[in-house]
Amino acid sequence: MPENILEVRNLKKYFKTAHGLLHAVDDISFSLQQGKTLGLVGESGCGKSTTGRTILRLIEPTSGEIIFEGKDVNRLSKGEMRKVRKDMQMIFQDPFSSLDPKKTINQIISEPIRVNHILKNKHQIEERVLELMETVGLAERLINSYPHELDGGRRQRIGIARSLAVEPRLIVCDEPVSALDVSIQAQILNLLKELQTKMGLTYIFITHDLSVVNHFSDEIAVMYLGQIVEKAPAEELFENPLHPYTKALLSAIPIPDLNEKRARISLKGEITSPVNLPNECRFANRCFECTEICRREIPPLIEISPNHFVACFGVPGGKG
Amino acid sequence: MSEEKNHYILDVENLVVRYETEDGVVEALNGIDLKLEYKQTIGLVGETGAGKTTAALAIMRLVPDPPGVVECDKLMLDGRDILNLPASKMDEVRGKDISMIFQDPMTALNPVFTVGEQIAESLQLHEHLPEKAALEKAKDLLELVGISRERANEYPHQFSGGMKQRVVIAIALACNPKLLIADEPTTALDVTIQAQVLELMNELKEKYDTSIIMITHDLGIVAEVCDEVAVVYAGRIVEQGTLEDVFNRTMHPYTEGLFNSLPKIKNRQAMLKPIKGLMPDPTNLPKGCAFTPRCNYATEACLLGQPPLRHVSDTHAVRCVAYDQPGFHIERGRK
Repeated sequence: MPENILEVRNLKKYFKTAHGLLHAVDDISFSLQQGKTLGLVGESGCGKSTTGRTILRLIEPTSGEIIFEGKDVNRLSKGEMRKVRKDMQMIFQDPFSSLDPKKTINQIISEPIRVNHILKNKHQIEERVLELMETVGLAERLINSYPHELDGGRRQRIGIARSLAVEPRLIVCDEPVSALDVSIQAQILNLLKELQTKMGLTYIFITHDLSVVNHFSDEIAVMYLGQIVEKAPAEELFENPLHPYTKALLSAIPIPDLNEKRARISLKGEITSPVNLPNECRFANRCFECTEICRREIPPLIEISPNHFVACFGVPGGKG
Repeated sequence: MSEEKNHYILDVENLVVRYETEDGVVEALNGIDLKLEYKQTIGLVGETGAGKTTAALAIMRLVPDPPGVVECDKLMLDGRDILNLPASKMDEVRGKDISMIFQDPMTALNPVFTVGEQIAESLQLHEHLPEKAALEKAKDLLELVGISRERANEYPHQFSGGMKQRVVIAIALACNPKLLIADEPTTALDVTIQAQVLELMNELKEKYDTSIIMITHDLGIVAEVCDEVAVVYAGRIVEQGTLEDVFNRTMHPYTEGLFNSLPKIKNRQAMLKPIKGLMPDPTNLPKGCAFTPRCNYATEACLLGQPPLRHVSDTHAVRCVAYDQPGFHIERGRK
């Protein structure tokens, strides 16, 4: 059994707002093996990005443990954190706003190398930058270009090269292809997959696009209002979704195939506000299978079959 | 002539749009023919910069001039020539006969007016309803798109993204337009909300017999709401046909590339086959077929000249010279 590179236990992140406590991430736990990909799926506002950022401690969690390679990330001092952060990197959604417009590609990719004192010699740094550019498929001649001269796909490649510069073991990819056209999206997804095989990278892949996550992940966790409502190996989740929300999400994907007609489960209403949540199933208001017990307490996340977890009172065996 | 009027809601011939900028001439649209029958929905599919939105703006005669230069042999809406209408007359057409749903509902609404007022505005303008009656009708429209009528007095910021898009749809439908242009109407929305909005559009289409041009990059959405598809690449329609034609009997290599780039829900192990390279620069389009540098089937013949639109059946047309050789077929069609 390979060791878990990451374990998240009872992670919570609440934000204080003028209207009350905002439950962005509300008690989630999961673990992730080296070299695997966990897909975090959900709609805007479900807390998937906050989860990703909290794991990297870009946001301080309210409570909970994040064990990365045996160390509790939350207990590390600033100096120790700096070392650990080299091993955990992030690729951002928007390749237009996540690159400094005043820096050249060379400066952008070499910055983490210089800041972390990985290499000191100027020539070595430039060689490394060129090597990284080659790895992500950027032509050498672009080394002195600025981000605005490049298209979205190439910019995203810069973002990837920058995160690879410190040789991380875990990368949180926050909607890395959402801003890209389909033909470019496929190029970047293939690149990320290739890098994973080559370097044994572990990914947390955050997305709202279920067909992308299905293609990319080993395991998928579906989030709703700050909680994981279902988690299973990708194939199992798509073939045998149990939570009503997962079922609705899957049925809502428009499929570009005329021979495949599915029954659509349409959900009423929209995701409710995560501020001052009542003590009931978070999905109860929109659920088509909601019963009386769902209004009384929050269903726990229970293992229904090996590695398939679901939090729903309506699932047989899931009544706790 | 009157026969033709009964046939097409929109009839566009050889629409060319270029933007003459300081950095060069951007050839955004290079001759598009579009005929749309009544009560039909056509999907304009393509990637960023293909010219989809420019086509919509040109049909609405909203291309900014300068830098935009529009040339067109024919632009008929419901049998009426709108190409040479004076601007003041065109104002009457827009919002009444054609209306548009924009991509981003967050910026399409005016933050300082209530949603009721914004829907009522076009009713007052085009149907000359008095203010009170217009507001009343606006509330009916809100109900039609699934928002309770009491919310007419609220401002856009009090609505969520999906609700705002419903308001935008209500505004577009207020005067019962003959042609509705929807420019990526669900791109900014979550999947479950997208499903609601698409369902609503399908319902309204049935109810009001509206013809729709659906601009999207998502072939899944096309499969769900369109009757016909036109695939746009570098300002030209490269393949056009019914849904079955384009999805099940794909002919153009670019269309094939689009399908191959999409992750398959059923077969998750399949490696994605992206289209190599990038969209050509519209200020410097390649000679001949613009897809040549990215095409797996390209030959020297592709660079010689613009491939003509070849009609393979009454409904299906493709712009590719490879079909000059008898027996040529792209891989997707072979299965």
